[in-house]
Amino acid sequence: MINIDQIRNDFPILSRKINGHQLVYLDNAATTHKPRSVINSLVDFYENHNSNVHRGVHTLSMEATDKFEEAREKISKFINSQTSQSIIWTRNASESLNIISYSWGNKNIGEGDEILLSPMEHHSNLIPWQELARTKGAKIKFLSLNIDGTLDLSNIDELITQKTKLVSIVHVSNALGTINPVKELCEKAHQVGALFVLDGAQSVPHMSVDVQDIGCDFFVFSGHKMMGPTGIGVLYGKMEILEEMDPVFTGGEMVLEVTYEKASWADIPMRFEAGTPNIADSIALGTAVDYLQNIGMENIHDYEKNITSYALKKFNTLESEGVTLFGPKSSDQKGAVFSFHIPNIHPHDLGTILDGMGIAVRTGHHCAMPLIKSLGVSATARASFYVYNTIEEVDTLIDGIKSAIRYFGDGSN
Amino acid sequence: MNDFQDLYQEIVMDHNRRPRNFGKLDDATSFANGFNPLCGDEINVYLKLVGDEIADIAFNGDSCAISKSSASMLTDGVKGKKISDAIQIFESFREMITRKPGEDFSSDILGDLEILSGVSQFPARIKCATLPWHTFHTALTENDQSVSTE
Repeated sequence: MINIDQIRNDFPILSRKINGHQLVYLDNAATTHKPRSVINSLVDFYENHNSNVHRGVHTLSMEATDKFEEAREKISKFINSQTSQSIIWTRNASESLNIISYSWGNKNIGEGDEILLSPMEHHSNLIPWQELARTKGAKIKFLSLNIDGTLDLSNIDELITQKTKLVSIVHVSNALGTINPVKELCEKAHQVGALFVLDGAQSVPHMSVDVQDIGCDFFVFSGHKMMGPTGIGVLYGKMEILEEMDPVFTGGEMVLEVTYEKASWADIPMRFEAGTPNIADSIALGTAVDYLQNIGMENIHDYEKNITSYALKKFNTLESEGVTLFGPKSSDQKGAVFSFHIPNIHPHDLGTILDGMGIAVRTGHHCAMPLIKSLGVSATARASFYVYNTIEEVDTLIDGIKSAIRYFGDGSN
Repeated sequence: MNDFQDLYQEIVMDHNRRPRNFGKLDDATSFANGFNPLCGDEINVYLKLVGDEIADIAFNGDSCAISKSSASMLTDGVKGKKISDAIQIFESFREMITRKPGEDFSSDILGDLEILSGVSQFPARIKCATLPWHTFHTALTENDQSVSTE
């Protein structure tokens, strides 16, 4: 069980008023708020330990290095990586995916090879592969989608073949909330010798993730969607694969020996971390992991699952008003992400009206343009919850939607 | 609650529910398509230009209330006007919408369109209001463009 009042107290921003109303923050799939401990961690680093990492012999540098590497260790344990060397700091999930595409992809993808994606990928797990396929003459294939927003795996054996070199799938969809059967997909990929990349941006903040249990070759995520700072993300890769990869960026920190003519690369993970890293934010992300683990990932998942079940029921009551909720209708298959559409109210108008009531939702295509188009709408409104949200906030959202329908509804065509 | 009601005033809501000149002009002499890829708003503006006059105008598309009412009021405001007058209205409207907070604005040519002046207080929505106007401007200035018949 979790103590919701205590958790809410840890987030200074949650006491803010927006347009005269108590903030109801339902845009967690875009970014999450930070507990005081994470904010304090940034201040503590800059006030007491600020220094560049590695190679320094002075006290501050050693302290900074210890904290920086300790944070890497925390991330490693958090996702049950084989070793903390497998944890590479990046800016965000997008950068992590680009590194895989540029480094592994450029070396291993050739003409006629196939890359398999799902139709619900965030642009960050689509465009790097489009670019790779375009330059290499490879082909991108897509899994099919069931009407309820789950993946249709009935034709998977036709889609994953000897030509498939890489399968890259989102763990939890940022637009539909769909939780994908990633272990099964990973097994299928490995059966044909393809690598399996998992985009965990929307899963790792909300549920327990074990990269060894899933078996994925790469796992990527962003710190700011899991209570950490912006500008820090993670690329996990299996050591034997990372060892064979070349750096994408070169310069300081990532070398072993340098002459005027050439250089040799440092070991993993520093080979992929050219330049002074984002030290303070890495350390603060470690603090975010401490915070999450203190609540317990199972507790977080159970709590949010309860919110999902409740919100699904409430959205059901809006069906008679013409509200369409996209994505799975069961809390077993869906995270607490609700994309919906209301006839005669454009999502942007709804977003503005809800903001007038202090409710923050996102409107648009949620960086999944082809998916939103396939739903037959140009945009949706999306409410996404986190562990600091309450059941009462579901009611506030539903009441807000009802007011908007009343406001827009009279005499509508 | 009051904030958004400044934006969605009754006249705006009325134009949203019952947009004027909504549809397609079969005898259009000029056409432009406006698209905001960030939000998915799409608008088509059809013009029938006779000499230096906007003899007829229509619009259609899929967009939010701000965009749709802005387009509807635009068509009301420029229909039957000389092209040069319509361009003045366009420039005046753009000035009103994009002015900085606290900056005074007055115009004797905008009429009902001044209702939309509140949009300038909602930076995220300014593009919604201006999309139909830029589309209209493109249709006016690139009027050698043939009308799409699909």
